[in-house]
Formats: sequence, structure tokens, C-alpha cells
Amino acid sequence: MSKLRGTGIAAVNYPTGMNLGGDPSQALVHATTSGSFVVTLSATDLGQGLRTVIGQIAAETLGVAFEEIVVDTADTDTGPHDMGTFASRATHRVGNAVILAAREAFEALLDVAADEFEASRDEIVADGEGNLMVKGVPARSMRIAELASMAQFKYGRTIAGRGAWMKPRSEVDPETGAMDPDSTEAHACTVAEVEVDTETGEVAVLSIRSAYEVGRQVNPDLVQGQIAGGAWMAMSHALYETTAPYYPSPEHSPKDFSEYLMPGPNELPEIESVVLEIPSSNGPYGVKGVGEMTANSPIPAIVNAIYHATGVRIDSLPVTPEKILRGLDELAAARAEGAQG
Amino acid sequence: MTAELKVVGQSVRRTDGLGHVTGRTQFTADRHFSGMLHLKMVRSPVHHARLLGVDTSEAERVPGFVAALTAKDVPHNRYTILSLIGVEPEEEFVLAEDRVRFKGEAIVAILAETEAAALEAVAKVRLHLEELPAVFDVEEALAPGAPIVTHWGTNTFMYEGHPCRRVRLGDVEAAFAAADHIVESRYDTSPIEQAPIETTGCIAVPEANGRYTVYTNTQALYFSLDNTSIILQVPGNRLHFVGGTVGGGFGGKVDVIVEPIATLAAMKTNRPVRFVYSRSEEMQVSSTRSAWRIYFKDGVMNDGRIIARKVTSYADSGAYSRQTPYSLTKHAANVGGPYAIPNVSIDAYCVYTNRQPSSAMRGFGVTMGSFALEVQMDKIAEVVGMDPWTIRFVNAYRNGDLRPHRKHAEDATLIETIQAAAELVGHELPGEFRAMTSAARERVDGEAR
Repeated sequence: MSKLRGTGIAAVNYPTGMNLGGDPSQALVHATTSGSFVVTLSATDLGQGLRTVIGQIAAETLGVAFEEIVVDTADTDTGPHDMGTFASRATHRVGNAVILAAREAFEALLDVAADEFEASRDEIVADGEGNLMVKGVPARSMRIAELASMAQFKYGRTIAGRGAWMKPRSEVDPETGAMDPDSTEAHACTVAEVEVDTETGEVAVLSIRSAYEVGRQVNPDLVQGQIAGGAWMAMSHALYETTAPYYPSPEHSPKDFSEYLMPGPNELPEIESVVLEIPSSNGPYGVKGVGEMTANSPIPAIVNAIYHATGVRIDSLPVTPEKILRGLDELAAARAEGAQG
Repeated sequence: MTAELKVVGQSVRRTDGLGHVTGRTQFTADRHFSGMLHLKMVRSPVHHARLLGVDTSEAERVPGFVAALTAKDVPHNRYTILSLIGVEPEEEFVLAEDRVRFKGEAIVAILAETEAAALEAVAKVRLHLEELPAVFDVEEALAPGAPIVTHWGTNTFMYEGHPCRRVRLGDVEAAFAAADHIVESRYDTSPIEQAPIETTGCIAVPEANGRYTVYTNTQALYFSLDNTSIILQVPGNRLHFVGGTVGGGFGGKVDVIVEPIATLAAMKTNRPVRFVYSRSEEMQVSSTRSAWRIYFKDGVMNDGRIIARKVTSYADSGAYSRQTPYSLTKHAANVGGPYAIPNVSIDAYCVYTNRQPSSAMRGFGVTMGSFALEVQMDKIAEVVGMDPWTIRFVNAYRNGDLRPHRKHAEDATLIETIQAAAELVGHELPGEFRAMTSAARERVDGEAR
């Protein structure tokens, strides 16, 4: 019996969005009497933090503090159409729609400021601190919140904007597969280190270290959350999970988490990452997307590391202790045969 | 530009985090309405059978029983989620008609005053089934004489006249003949459960104004609303869908399964109806990640360059395709990998079996392709005697390279990402790879990109 260590790498690209039938998202933005801005969407937050990053994108575009943004999601009576939250599309699509809506609202705000300052619109600038002012004349400056309120009570105007962003449908050529399948691609490279117990066939993942290139990060902590969660899910896919433990037989399928195995806190490896930011040409502020891809490269990296540790190549997931022990037995038998021959 | 950004790029605290960790976030199933009924489903106990009859007489005598709905109660019972974007044919049944195609398929919806009464009534529904041979393996399903799962007579989804999604670039057979090495492998993956903490569910509430408010944890409100409108044959303006915080999706909440039948039940009874999956329904009935079988054949030169790649992939869609036809297209677009390979041939099959349907899951069509592809890259490295870092640099794509799907690469940063990973783990790269970039290759004048 021994514990063998090995290292494996894998590198992947990952596409943002779906091309299948056109991929639209829409957003509305309006100002309230107190000068807050409401972003209205039908898009849904899955717990990944969509509401938060959309609030950041709206705040950035409007030149106000994050706290001034209210994000109203997931209601078909109020929110304009959205395709849905999947395919790593939400931050990219909804973010682009929100920028357009926020810009249109901002234009309306500039009209109010121009009238109030008795200046021409192109003289008005935002300072990024929540104020609009006449360029070069700090004395003629006013809180955006105050201007938004004035729009309602003094000028009787809406401060509102609409935004729609769509990846047009790409028909696939049925003969050659020629298509435009995505908007942009993010990248990852993972180095995994494992320790394999040759007595039990159990694999301990010691570390998952990755580089990610995801375009712009809107919220680095949320990106880190995706990377850690994805590393866990990938490890779980590589070594544990199946709804058909005797695949292709459908028998003995699990009914709950006592039968459906997943790694627990004790099994978690060291997870470390570095994030490169190389902005995309078409995402909001250069976003590419980091939603789905973090569960990808660690899977082959772990499987390659197991080979590096043991010499056993396993080409079917999940890599169970049984498969490793059988592989070790086959290796030993082949070596014995080689020694005899 | 980065220096000018003030809010984007900041790790502001997420707005919903405190609610989650203090238990104050309201999820769909946390809502309660007076007079709310519970919906539980009578499901097929076998993998494949003719459905000859249903007897609910004993179930109707259970105290608290309110109603039983069968296929004839559903106005447009046969549907396809992606018909919204032109995918055909309509193939899945809200409630089974004359055949059940997987163990767990919905047959009768029972409505009762309590969850316990609904479960008791479900257990008392008698099904008259005539079991049929079933198939569970993607290649067995395509063999002559296999049991046919679909209502149109083949076990593959058809892509504009082809039984698979095809990608073709160059001439793989000529390149295999010219290659120094051929590397072939088969890869298999198991079906996987999305495993959200919150199970799939909704509550449909009749409103006084004749509309229906549907509280749902779907990932795609308009997918659900528009499909419900089609299935129930009611105008969309009578439906109001409200989402909110989803307790994990991972693709498992993109299908439209619970809303149409719950809304129909609310219409029939004029009572709020709650239909929330149990954990065993989530695991045994709701869509999984597909099982995959992927064959790779690569032609490789002694210097490590891959000059030809042929991939044949089968995704097990289970009894109904749901979102899986799209998965195969996405798979075919991506399984060539982030590498510059001049000759590529990909056949990706969406195969029907008598398994519980599969559908979307994180990395749809790509994750398992990446597993096969990146293990394959390691094998290629070994065959040509290179280390696993080198083989990836030698083949890495650059901006402007022609991809197998004939779109020129843009936003390619594989090289920079591998360099960053090497630095992170302290792996020393040779100078030529440290100096490499994803910038477009220099081209001879007049050469077509």
C-alpha cells in the first residue's frame, strides 16, 4: 500500500451566450423622487449575484453610488423581456442592456441639468461622485439626486431609459456546421494535485490552482466565489457524482443526498487562482463571463493528475475507487506478464 | 479605462447575502396562501410501457382529495420547450397519453387539501400498463431493432435532415494518412444531478381579476410564461409570473415542467395550487446532465502539431429532448478545443433512450467535451514525447485563426492564461513559450484568413 501523488493540467475556452434563436435581454431604468434609480428586469438572480453586478453596472453608467441603485428583477408584469439566466449570458446580455437604458436615462437628466444651469447640454459633465456640473465651473454643480427630483416636481419630465441587447440568431449550416456560436470566449488553465491511496483507490485532491481570463471583473469577490464553487463542483463531477451508479443500467439511482455522493468540507482542496483581465470587445465594460466555466478545467486536470500519480488512465466519469483499483490490478498484471515475457 | 471605473471592479457586498445567511430570504416554497391545494404526481413505475388505462376511483375516496387531472384535461398536451425559437417537433407530453417512455413520467396530477392526502391518493391510483422493451445505452439505441422511444420512429433528433449536428473543415481522412501518429480514445460520462438546495417548484394563484399569478423558481420567466400560455391555450396577458431568489439553478430550472400543470390545476379548482418537487423527484424525475460517449481520433505530427481531429459524440437525451438538441450544437462548436487544427470533422448525436430526460446543466454541451478533449491532449503529449504544457502551446489558437465552425477566433487568450497558470504554480516555461502571445499570426500577403 502506498499513497501516490501526481499533478495534472488542463486548459479550456468557454463561450458566452447562446446563438440558437437570437439571444435578447432588455432593461428599463428610471429615477425616483429621491434621486435613486430603479433598474427593472425580468431576468432572475440564481444566487450568483446578478442583482449586485447589475447594480454596479448601472451605478457606473449613471455616475452615482452603488447604494442609489435599486434592482427590481423577475416579474413579468413589470420587467421587459429577458431570455433567462443560463449559458453564462446574464452579466453580458443584461449588463449591455442596462448600460443602454442607463445612458438614455442619463441623457434625460442632462436635459434637465442644461435647463437648470442655463447651459448647453454638451457643457454638462458628470464628476463620477454623484454630481453634474458645467464643465470647468465647479460652482455650477448639483447632486444628480437633486436634479432627478427637480425633473419630477419642477419640470414634469421622466428620467427614464430603455435598453435592449441581442445576439442575433445564427443559422447553422447543416452540411459544414458553419456558425457564429457565441459572443466572446473566456479561458482557464488549471493545475490539480492529487494523492491516490493504492489500498483503497481513494483520491484526495490536494490543490486546484487555476488562471482565469474572464474579461473585466465587475465584482472580484463574486468571481472568486464562482471559481471556488466551480472547483468544488468539478471535483465532485470528476470523482463522486452520478445518478446512474451502474450506468448504463438505470437501477439503484439515488433518491437523496445520503445516496448521491458529493465531497464535503473535509474533502475540499486548497483552491487558489489568479484572474487576468483582458476586456472583451462586446461585453459591458469588457465583461466576458465566469458563470459556468469554472467547473470545466479542474475535471480533466484531476483525471490527468491521477494518471500522473498512478499510471492508470481512466476515461470514464466519475473516477471511482473501484475503477482505480481495477486499473492498478491491470497495470500490475501487465507488468508481471512483461517480466515473464 | 480601468482607472476611470468607480463601481465596476469593486467587491461591493452582495445585496442578498445577509438575507441568505440569516434565513430571511423568501424562496418560492416559503409562500403560503389560504385555501392552497397540493399537487402530487402519479408517475410511471416502469421505464417503457403502453398506458392502457387509469383508474382514480379509489383515490377519489381519500379524505381531502379534490381533483385528478389527466392528459385529456390539458388543452395543448404535446409541446416542446424550444418551440418558442422554432425547434420542432412537439414531442413531450404534459401528462402521458398512450405511452410512458421513462420511469417517473407524469401520468395523473392529484390535487388535495394536504400534502399527505395528495400522496395517499397518488398511491391509490391504479395504472393499467403493458410493459415494453426499453433501451438505456446511446449506441444500442441507434442499432437496428432497438426499441423506438420517440413518436416519429427514430431515436435521434434530426438536424435539418441529418441525424447529428455536423461540423466539417478541411479533409480529415487525407490528414490522417499524412500524420505521424494516430491517437484514438473513447470517453464516457455519467448523468449528473444539478443538485440545487431548493427543489424545482411553483405556486399558481387565481386572482380576482381573472388572471393567474405564478410564483416560480424558474431560471427563465418568459420561457415558462410563454410555454404555459401555449400549453393551456390562454393569452399571455392572463399570466403573471413572479420569480425572485432562486435557490440554485445550474441549468436544472430551465425546463418548463411544474408551471403549466399547476396553473391548469388553479384554473380548474379556482384555488391556489402548490407543486414543489420532493428531493427524490428532483433526483429521479427532473432533468439531469446528459450522459456522454465521445470518440476522439487525432492525427498528430512528430513535432506535436495536431493536423486532424475527428470526434463522434452521443449525448443521452433520455425520453424527451427538452434543451438537449441545443447542447449538441454547442458541443459541436466547441469540442474541437482552443487549438488550431486545420482538418476537423465532428458528428454530435442527440440520442433518445428510456432514461429520465436530461437537459441543461452548467457548461451545457461543453463541460464533458472539455473533459474528453483535455485528457486526449495529455495522451497526445505522451505519444509524441512532450510534456503536457508544451503540447498545448504548440497547438494553441491565436486571434484570427479559422475555427472548425469557420468563425475566426477573437478574444483568444489561451496562451496568456496558460502562462499565468505556470507562473501561479511555479512551473518554469521555456523562453519560446514565455514569449508567445495570442496575437494574430503573421500571414503571407494575399493569403486568405
